[in-house]
Amino acid sequence: MSAPLRQIAFYGKGGIGKSTTSQNTLAALSEMGQKILIVGCDPKADSTRLILHAKAQDTVLHLAAEAGSVEDLELQDVLKIGFNNIKCVESGGPEPGVGCAGRGVITAINFLEENGAYENVDYVSYDVLGDVVCGGFAMPIRENKAQEIYIVMSGEMMAMYAANNIAKGILKYANTGGVRLGGLICNERQTDKELELSEALAAKLGTTLIHFVPRDNVVQHAELRRMTCVEYAPDTKQADEYRQLARKIHANGGKGVIPTPISMDELEELLMEFGIMSKEDETIVGKAAGAA
Amino acid sequence: MSLDDIEGRKAMIEEVLSEYPEKARKKRAKHLNVYEEGKPDCGVKSNIKSVPGVMTIRGCAYAGAKGVVWGPIKDMVHISHGPVGCGQYSWSQRRNYATGQMGVDSWVTMQVTSDFQERDIVFGGDKKLELVIDELEAMFPLSKGISIQSECPVGLIGDDIEAVARKKAKEIDKVIVPVRCEGFRGVSQSLGHHIANDCLRDWVLDKGKGEPGFEGTDYDVLIVGDYNIGGDAWASRILLEEMGLRVIGMWSGDGTLAELERGPKAKMNLIHCYRSMNYICRHMEEKYGIPWLEYNFFGPTQIAKSLRNIAAQFDDKIKEGAERVIAKYQPMADAILAKFKPRLEGKRAMLYVGGLRPRHVADAYGDLGIEIIGTGYEFAHGDDYQRTTEYIKGGTLVYDDVSGFELERFIEKLRPDLVGSGIKEKYAVQKMGVAFRQLHSWDYSGPYHGYDGFAVFARDMDLAINSPVWSLHKAPWKAA
Repeated sequence: MSAPLRQIAFYGKGGIGKSTTSQNTLAALSEMGQKILIVGCDPKADSTRLILHAKAQDTVLHLAAEAGSVEDLELQDVLKIGFNNIKCVESGGPEPGVGCAGRGVITAINFLEENGAYENVDYVSYDVLGDVVCGGFAMPIRENKAQEIYIVMSGEMMAMYAANNIAKGILKYANTGGVRLGGLICNERQTDKELELSEALAAKLGTTLIHFVPRDNVVQHAELRRMTCVEYAPDTKQADEYRQLARKIHANGGKGVIPTPISMDELEELLMEFGIMSKEDETIVGKAAGAA
Repeated sequence: MSLDDIEGRKAMIEEVLSEYPEKARKKRAKHLNVYEEGKPDCGVKSNIKSVPGVMTIRGCAYAGAKGVVWGPIKDMVHISHGPVGCGQYSWSQRRNYATGQMGVDSWVTMQVTSDFQERDIVFGGDKKLELVIDELEAMFPLSKGISIQSECPVGLIGDDIEAVARKKAKEIDKVIVPVRCEGFRGVSQSLGHHIANDCLRDWVLDKGKGEPGFEGTDYDVLIVGDYNIGGDAWASRILLEEMGLRVIGMWSGDGTLAELERGPKAKMNLIHCYRSMNYICRHMEEKYGIPWLEYNFFGPTQIAKSLRNIAAQFDDKIKEGAERVIAKYQPMADAILAKFKPRLEGKRAMLYVGGLRPRHVADAYGDLGIEIIGTGYEFAHGDDYQRTTEYIKGGTLVYDDVSGFELERFIEKLRPDLVGSGIKEKYAVQKMGVAFRQLHSWDYSGPYHGYDGFAVFARDMDLAINSPVWSLHKAPWKAA
């Protein structure tokens, strides 16, 4: 009997390296013999680029719009096979400024489920755009979709702020569904005391820093070739980092927690504790440079 | 203390309220009162969001804009823009009569919707709207214009229907009016009326196209806020015309786009439903200097009073005309009263309706000897409750946005001889053994406006109240 389907999702601030981290990690998971489906939940449709070596052109929603409705689609129209037989689907969505991308995510995920996309895989991984701006983008974390959320973050203040906000979103749905926080993944930005700070935030959120991914230029070299580092340079130290992360995630099944998000004040205190932020000087607030 | 005096009725309100949870009780208490003679208003709060969990009788902004104000304009095609339900399930719900040939010069009986699908939500519906307009133009080249009535999703996804309206209006060279009446806006249909009025101002009147070749007279008036339910506006119009005025437009019952466009040429706006169209009257007064006057064509007392009020704004010819009209119809009114008043005298009625009727029909009942012991509005504002004081006497129970529960309790306790309200209330009230007439749709009868309408009104109330069925509703095996 095969192991039950694992559903995970990667969230994090925009530009933090979610897609890069998730694709490298999933590539490493596939090396371990896991059968994987990636569901890109971003209208830009670039969550599977490194696995497919190309931007997916045939997104669920664009094909549905052309065909008339989503009911007119076949699964094979939208399912692409990439590196190591990883299955890839992009939800797609409207161009910026029109329509409702959030509803698009809901439509696409419902279509995939109803048409058996989740059969014969070990992992389904959702890659969701940076900000959970509305209910549609929260779809993977509610209704018993993703069991564990991995938050990609760094030692930068806004990334930590976003991580805390995502933890709030998980908390909201943790009590009604089964979603849990799997852990934080720090994608190194080489900020001050980044590792310690990340670990401290993870502790505050009631979770752990599951892995600290060091910064390495080889990732960029791979990206230029639309490849994961695991595929482009499998013998590098960086590829091993992703393999480590993959092993940790694989071992982490069912060990997610209900997060304990903190207040903005607590977050600022944390930053001050590590000397990232100095004590607020109320006298300078709102004063222009020339006025001081 | 009895249920017939102020204290008794106030105690009854408290008793009914006491069945609510504390939070709801507090909120609802502000909407219920017993009117005290001499007070400037009815002492109730209004135009506030309904309490969640109660059965409210209110509609939404789309109902106010599409259903009430724009829908009756007969030579325009009105698109229910969004998913199919809003248009489909409100189709022909209002009995705004119109003459004309369907598909040639009248589209009132048609339901046109853009029938949003999932992809229109995800990718936006503007392209589909353009297509709908193109198709309408191909199918109905004789239509004079198009209105776009937004349903909720259009506002949620931020479609730019104004841009579509501008573009397509140029292409097909017709008036296209985008109405942002998404149902989630506001607390009731009232905001929909306001939005509809604003669109009439911005997309028709102030575009200033007017009506080329229109020649005005000193006696030109508009009927504003009469939706021709069961033919009401027709029964009103003949009285104005017989007294010498020229009705240059009916807004919007049996109305046309041309009647809207020539509106600014009127010498006076005569407004029946103040609530739904006072906004445009105020604008036309400000911009075009057109004075406006409220009138009431329910029942002979108010009709005569209104005809004289209207005539007082004009010269002697019209004043004489008003007297002539009153003299002509008074014998008819007297005959109606002679027949029905003896059968109805002393009966008591409760009302719960919309725009103007909770006050406007009070004297029509009064003419027949029926006393109004309770009245209330679905979506009134403070100025409506001020105006109501002219029509009701001290001790009248007043209920704003009454819940199904409250209304049923009040009816149970006061046991009126007649309740006048809507279809949702009708059968519950009749099962309580109380006579009922729908006062939104005139219960598929009408007209009720004007002298002709009063004849129908008096007969209908008699039919309801004096039906033998009410003496039979007690089970014969139960002790008296």
